[in-house]
Amino acid sequence: MRTNGTLTLNGRTCTIEEEDQSLLELARREGVEIPTFCYHSELSVYGACRLCMVDVEGMGVVTSCSTAPRPGMVVRTQTGEIRQMRRVAVELLLASHDTACPTCPKSASCQLQSLSQSLGIENVRFRNLREKVPVDDSSHAIVRNPNRCVLCGDCVRICSEVQGIGALDFVGRGRDVAIMPAFGKGLADVECVGCGQCAAFCPTAALVPRSEVEQAHAFLDDPDKVVVAQIAPAVRVALGEHFGMESGSIVTGQIVAALRALGFDKVYDTCWAADLTVMEETHEFFSRRRAHAESGNGGEPRALFTSCCPAWVRCAEQYYPDLLPQISTCRSPQQMFGSLAKEILPQQFGIDPGDLVVVSIMPCTAKKMEASLPAFERDGRRDVDLVLTTGELAKMIDGAHLRFRDLEPSSLDLPFGFKTGAAVIFGASGGVTEAVLRLAAEELGGERSDAPQFPVVRGSKGLLETELKVAGNTLRLAVVHGLKNAQELATAVLEGKAKYDLVEVMACPGGCVSGAGQPPTERSSRKARTRALHDADSMLQLHKSQDNTVLMQTIRELGGTGSEEAHRLLHTEHVHRRRIRGEGMSFSSIAEASGPPPLKISVCVGTSCYLKGAQDLLYGLIRHVRDRELDGLVDVEATFCFEQCDRGPTISVGGKLLHRCKLKDALEALETEMDERSIDVGKEFVATPPTGS
Amino acid sequence: MSKASCAHAHQDDTPSRTFEKVCQILDCHGRRSARLIPILQEIQREYRYLPEPVLTYVATSLGIPPARVYGVATFYSFFTLKPKGKHVVHLCDGTACHVSHSLHILDALRKRLGLPEGKETTEDMLFTVETVACLGACGLSPVMVVDGKVHGSLTPETAVEVIEKILAEEEAQ
Ligand code: SF4
Ligand code: SF4
Ligand code: FES
Ligand code: FES
Repeated sequence: MRTNGTLTLNGRTCTIEEEDQSLLELARREGVEIPTFCYHSELSVYGACRLCMVDVEGMGVVTSCSTAPRPGMVVRTQTGEIRQMRRVAVELLLASHDTACPTCPKSASCQLQSLSQSLGIENVRFRNLREKVPVDDSSHAIVRNPNRCVLCGDCVRICSEVQGIGALDFVGRGRDVAIMPAFGKGLADVECVGCGQCAAFCPTAALVPRSEVEQAHAFLDDPDKVVVAQIAPAVRVALGEHFGMESGSIVTGQIVAALRALGFDKVYDTCWAADLTVMEETHEFFSRRRAHAESGNGGEPRALFTSCCPAWVRCAEQYYPDLLPQISTCRSPQQMFGSLAKEILPQQFGIDPGDLVVVSIMPCTAKKMEASLPAFERDGRRDVDLVLTTGELAKMIDGAHLRFRDLEPSSLDLPFGFKTGAAVIFGASGGVTEAVLRLAAEELGGERSDAPQFPVVRGSKGLLETELKVAGNTLRLAVVHGLKNAQELATAVLEGKAKYDLVEVMACPGGCVSGAGQPPTERSSRKARTRALHDADSMLQLHKSQDNTVLMQTIRELGGTGSEEAHRLLHTEHVHRRRIRGEGMSFSSIAEASGPPPLKISVCVGTSCYLKGAQDLLYGLIRHVRDRELDGLVDVEATFCFEQCDRGPTISVGGKLLHRCKLKDALEALETEMDERSIDVGKEFVATPPTGS
Repeated sequence: MSKASCAHAHQDDTPSRTFEKVCQILDCHGRRSARLIPILQEIQREYRYLPEPVLTYVATSLGIPPARVYGVATFYSFFTLKPKGKHVVHLCDGTACHVSHSLHILDALRKRLGLPEGKETTEDMLFTVETVACLGACGLSPVMVVDGKVHGSLTPETAVEVIEKILAEEEAQ
């Protein structure tokens, strides 16, 4: 390895390595801890919190995150002066902080709290200058409490740099600076996809997963309810960390025991539904290819994108209207489970369907959002009643004073607790692809094995591309995580620049193992959890979803994979969604027109329609209205998205929607409508001229 | 439409003409996000403030998140998201002006214009009165800038006179 000389760190001589971008990185690599709020190895350097200050001889005090190491530097990380400066920085933060530590959801893992403790701050000498602002709990996924924000900007950067969404940003300046969604709206009203990564990176409780612990207790305390749990794969390899166990410990048995102790009547496995997903999705994959071959359209079949990650699905629904037909219609394993549980269990238990409660334990905040969608409701009842994160389960276990580590492992209930290893690896990036391959390769005539492995699709790269040859067929695969990577890939696919057969997308870095509902994730814990999932796979008896005999029985009862029943219960339709809620723009210059209400023409100027030429439409329409002096009779307005983005530009003329609209069509529709209103346009104008006031 | 009624409707132009200008501004800057600040400046010239839907439209056109546009629009003090009056009064409340009783002047102005508590713009959209931190003209304190013109060494009476003059001109139109 090429090195770049040496420097002195706290009196010790250290080699500067190629990878040391900053003094901070060098120090951390050398095992010297420097406190930070706004530094993350995976994000850009912001340099605003000023906690990472170090003393460099000849330079004075500098921020170590944004200072490059140079040979000969003499660096000290702890001096009286630095300590004082850090104290002031933290005291200033505390002064304007909503310090309700005992009742704060982040109490145990808050970095502001631990920093204040380690700096020995016992009183705060500054006055609070910030006014208290309301908490934003509009989102099903996360709660935003700006009163606890330290303005480190981590959420802003993760949301835009890693997820490519940009739902949060700095607003205002100086003393009034704050972080919020556009126009101070609630997160539910903007383009947030609920991935929760902002909460995972937030050092305090300014952004936290929305807690549903109280509702869970209410269900558990209700004697009329039968409460069943499903546990997602990634939870079993992370929960132990909360109880001081090594990361990557597999604690499935203890989780089951803990859930029983908490009062759950049955404990099942989301993996069972993940096996089902493999069956359905592989079936879908092949039937789409068959349909393509039979269609005689020529060319290659289009790539099939996975649909297990609801944050990704949301992202596609908002940003890639033309990609939706390529996204698998399979529901996520969580929703497949919920749907089947509600279909089958009430009868099995001999209870009223309204008395069955399905609670999922997920690594994920987007699953909270997903479970609340009306599409996953039947007869006014949700398929999944409640979603608890790994972190919320940890709190419930703490609350019940269970000694998690000492719990006697218990086994999952049948039939929905039975799974194969193919399902367990769903929790790590590449897992869905590998699980599908374990079936697809056999279907393609590849060689049979009890434990086929496809390590080519594993790894931590943000975008992994590979080709797999099976019995004379070539499968082009892409595995992508992080929504920014996914968006780049989606664009390339839509533009025809990239060609694949199967694309797996997970929103969270490394997949669900580092979901936002997990205990705090470091790069090392992400690795350990991923490894543990593969270990769990090898420890199981079966490794291919098609070998799940219990599941196969259920599938037969449904009428087989891809059957009508399977479609009703296990598939969904992806819909176009607007990114931001808010009013549009009206171009009428008449405040109150007398006479009949004007003909309303709304032109969609959402991104998709905009890119397809909505501006010219709008432009043409308002010119026409002006030139023909129709003001007062026709009211043109711009609106943001009719949620019909695949057929844009979309406009509405007097309530009638026109798709793929050209100016000519719009003007024709306008004239027809006006005729129908039996208004002779030219004369009428003279009769009721617009007055303006 | 008469000129005076236009002014009172706080638009010199019809909404559709103003919007056409927005489109022209965007196109003339090549719909490039790097031009966000000049684009917003020009749009504000048209509307005298930055309406929310127009900002969303700008975000769409430039292909950037609305939160970014909102962030920029709130960062620079020359942008405003609230509709402003035809005439804008910036009264300095920097240290120098503060000690020379700028707040008495503020009271006098607000009283003359009948501005209720918490409001900065008059009902008829004719005046907006704002305080700002140091205009950099401390030698002239107390100072205010009305429609870009500096008035120094003010007393509550002379400040109100400036307003009276504008009111008289508005009447005459
Ligand atoms: S949940 Fe994800 S999309 Fe939403 S604001 Fe946070 S990081 Fe951005
Ligand atoms: S990657 Fe997994 S944990 Fe992250 S949002 Fe998607 S489903 Fe949830
Ligand atoms: S970590 Fe260096 S300034 Fe925040
Ligand atoms: S952008 Fe969604 S309908 Fe126009």
